[in-house]
Amino acid sequence: MGELIFIGLGLDSEEDISLRGLKAAEAADEVFLEAYTSLMPHLDIARLEELIGKRITRLSRRQMEEEMDYVLREARSKRIAILCPGDPFVATTHIALRIEAEKQGIKTKVINNASIISAVTSATGLQSYKLGRTVTLTFPQMGSIPETVYDVTKDNLAMGLHTLILLEIDVEGRRYLRIDEAVELLRALENRRKEGIFTEDRLIVGLARLGSEDMIVKADILARLKLYDFGLPPHSLLVPGRLHFMEKEALKILASAPDEALRGA
Amino acid sequence: MRDKRLVRNIGTLAHVDHGKTTLSDNLLMAAGMISPKVAGKALALDYVEIEQLRQMTVKAANVSLYHEVEGKPYVINLVDTPGHVDFTGHVTRSLRVMDGAIVVVDAVEGVMTQTETVVRQGLEERVRPLLFINKVDRLIKELRLGPRDIQRRFIEIIRDFNELIDLYGEPEFKEKWKVNPAKGTVAFGSALHKWGFTIPIAQKEGLKFDYIVDAYQKGYVEELAKEFPLYRAILDMVVQHIPNPVEAQRYRIPKLWKGDLNSELGKAMIECDEEGPTVICISKINVDPHAGIVATGRVFSGTVYEGEEVYLLSAKRVSRIQQVSLYMGPYREAVPEIPAGNIVALLGVEDARAGETIVDAQYKDTAAPFERLHYISEPVVTIAIEPVRSQDLPKLIDALRKMAIEDPTLHVRINEETGEYLISGMGALHLEITLWDLKQRTNLEVKTSPPVVVYRESVKTRSPVFEGKSPNKHNRVYISVEPLDEVALDLLQRGEVYEDQDWRTRAKILREKAGWSTDQARNIWAIDENLNVLVNLTSGVQYLREVRDTIIMGFRWAMREGPLAQEPVRGVKVILHDAQIHEDPAHRGPAQMIPATRRAIYAGFLTAKPVLLEPILRIDVKVPQDQLGGVLNVLTKRRGKISNIEQHGGLMYVRGEIPVSETFNLSDDMRSATMGKAFWSTQFLRWAPVPESLMKDLIVEIRKRKGLPEEVPRPEDFLGP
Ligand SMILES: Nc1nc2c(ncn2[C@@H]2O[C@H](COP(=O)(O)OP(=O)(O)O)[C@@H](O)[C@H]2O)c(=O)[nH]1
Repeated sequence: MGELIFIGLGLDSEEDISLRGLKAAEAADEVFLEAYTSLMPHLDIARLEELIGKRITRLSRRQMEEEMDYVLREARSKRIAILCPGDPFVATTHIALRIEAEKQGIKTKVINNASIISAVTSATGLQSYKLGRTVTLTFPQMGSIPETVYDVTKDNLAMGLHTLILLEIDVEGRRYLRIDEAVELLRALENRRKEGIFTEDRLIVGLARLGSEDMIVKADILARLKLYDFGLPPHSLLVPGRLHFMEKEALKILASAPDEALRGA
Repeated sequence: MRDKRLVRNIGTLAHVDHGKTTLSDNLLMAAGMISPKVAGKALALDYVEIEQLRQMTVKAANVSLYHEVEGKPYVINLVDTPGHVDFTGHVTRSLRVMDGAIVVVDAVEGVMTQTETVVRQGLEERVRPLLFINKVDRLIKELRLGPRDIQRRFIEIIRDFNELIDLYGEPEFKEKWKVNPAKGTVAFGSALHKWGFTIPIAQKEGLKFDYIVDAYQKGYVEELAKEFPLYRAILDMVVQHIPNPVEAQRYRIPKLWKGDLNSELGKAMIECDEEGPTVICISKINVDPHAGIVATGRVFSGTVYEGEEVYLLSAKRVSRIQQVSLYMGPYREAVPEIPAGNIVALLGVEDARAGETIVDAQYKDTAAPFERLHYISEPVVTIAIEPVRSQDLPKLIDALRKMAIEDPTLHVRINEETGEYLISGMGALHLEITLWDLKQRTNLEVKTSPPVVVYRESVKTRSPVFEGKSPNKHNRVYISVEPLDEVALDLLQRGEVYEDQDWRTRAKILREKAGWSTDQARNIWAIDENLNVLVNLTSGVQYLREVRDTIIMGFRWAMREGPLAQEPVRGVKVILHDAQIHEDPAHRGPAQMIPATRRAIYAGFLTAKPVLLEPILRIDVKVPQDQLGGVLNVLTKRRGKISNIEQHGGLMYVRGEIPVSETFNLSDDMRSATMGKAFWSTQFLRWAPVPESLMKDLIVEIRKRKGLPEEVPRPEDFLGP
């Protein structure tokens, strides 16, 4: 009887895999790596293969989406492991595959790991209770900037919630949205909507390589965010909602937020 | 030029061979541009001497002529129009910039099919037609008619001509515009022998018919030409009966220009106001080896000057005018500025193409164009071309690029997969002429592939609603496909309904003329260049607004290559009924929505009785009676249909239709079947379904040629798990 096991790889490098995950991968007949939904800054695939003691087949987005049948066919008789950056089901991508597998009577299992959703609270000291809807800011699609990021942030702010804005990582297109580019897009949206969401004095936390040794966490107003060098991807943003005094303190200490930036928040 | 009342903008129109070019040379000579010796021999306007190949004038040029009447100096801008029937877009663009036309009719042949076409087109653009009955010498020398019979022949031609005006003229113009020899709106003469007259001239100077007949019998034709030069008859007629730009623009602008007549621009054009904002409509582009792109057109308002900053409405570009000039014979002469009412040649507007509207840059956002993207020039035949010596490739590409700039009906592109250069045109003949022209310009040796017909794909019935899933399975669109109704198709084809039209206006037209429901008429999302429409009938779908552009892109892609043989789709209505869209933008990007849309459209398409459409040409053949059988034989053997046969003197005029795919080596067949006595021309007529019996094999053939699997995909292939 086959099995489909989704193993989370965590945030930074091959060393973040859990011991349980490592064992499951070792025991699998075939190991795939989905490496397009996210980007682990220090992942070394050759080292990971050494750790597992097996060759790893990388799946492109197309293969994952279009050749789902192939993975499923294999999983009917074999034990298949799919390694996913972060925590496997935080990005919704794989749910279709899992449902289809279950429908076909293939057992599925998930081995969890850290994801950016949990890491962001660790990095900033903001409270997970107050995290609102998460949203992705993508590169302009067919020339226009999707406005969802604006609506989501607006709704979250109205309820006093924090908004985690993931910045698009287009692994296949070899491009990723940087914080300075994101700021420009948010400005453009503000210019269009003019509802006071991404104003120049809006407090925002810039996050780079969360969960890595060299992560950068920096809070400041939107106007000044571009002045910092956040380095390599992945980048994200967090727009704080109403701040608890403890959260303010944390932002000052963990994210070196300047006093004047916190004044409005 | 300064005094607009002393300006006339005209052109010549004729059935091929009736003498348009010869007439133009007479006029040129009169203007002192070329010597009397050369005129009549070297056809100055036909600097591409394609005449010898097909007896057709392909290129148009422009000339400014000077003519004095009663001591007043007139400037007559002569816009030469192409005589080739394949290039109707060119004719319309030339007509737009002229207020009157000399219609040349061969006295022996009389009013012919193309005379009818050009007169009709002229009237549609409110161009006043005047008649010149040419080749009168043939009545005398060849038919040996006496003065009475000659006059009878004139009366017949004038009657036929006025019938055309009656048939195609608008009510408020047609009585005024019918020609009348007594009033001097008809000229008679011989362009070859350079003489001509109008009845007022004859009366004033005591010219009798006998005198003309005698000139031929007694051999004083040259004196006749000196006493009664053709150019004088024609130019007098023009000055007296063609309105000046101020008069003409008053009634022509409301017809030619679709913008708001009460706007500043509208008013200035109606008044032909040289103080108004600059508005120029480009009729023709030439690529000059030294000067580069030369745009010729008419200044409808304002005064265009060197250095002026202008905006190109179609190209959507700001440009600076580098040089303003007017035409003198085939030459341009630079001047500092040219006011409204005149024909101008501009340098510096590199992005302009024929049909472009150029306005003062300040009116960039408010000005309306003369012409919108026209759907008429659909290329139907393609050939691949490469130089014999590969080092000539850059030269070839450069020449092709220039030719495509000058001739908007010629499409040049590169096949991404094979790296071949492909040129597409309006027919096999069009491409033959293009290749000939290429040879004249570059002297390059080229190799070409056999011509390939361009097909279209369409559907005959309505499909059920299909669900299209995105590759990540997180988005779904619900789409059906059906044929676009004939009326709507026609509205699209004629440019009455188009994509960037005000939606209320568009909805109104579709409701009233095509009987569309309000719901559909108001919710058009896209109209593509092959006349397909995307209608959105969803309501309350979350995030739909954000994926609208990607769904539209999916629609356009699907329409560019249909599922049968990856030929463009034509005349299809795609309806979006519902959609389910993922919460987060990362999961509903173009890579998801485009395939989802395309799959649903293809599945729908394949269940809606798909058909392949082939281009059909109208064919007109002139042939001596005794060779008629040969022509009919050739046509029927090639799936042709005969719609009309008429006798004109000893000649039979055959009209019919024939599929483009059957026109290759038609020349050879026709020649051998008629001992080379048939003269024929073709013109794009319509798209028609390929006969059922041929369709399957044809699809396989096209798929093979494109390297596709022979099997046509099935609807299931696009539905997936
Ligand atoms: N006999 C005669 N032949 C003419 C006359 N005008 C033109 N042609 C000839 O008719 C042919 C076609 O003339 P062309 O000006 O090229 O016609 P287009 O096709 O209308 O431009 C040429 O061979 C001319 O020499 C004329 O008045 N009399």
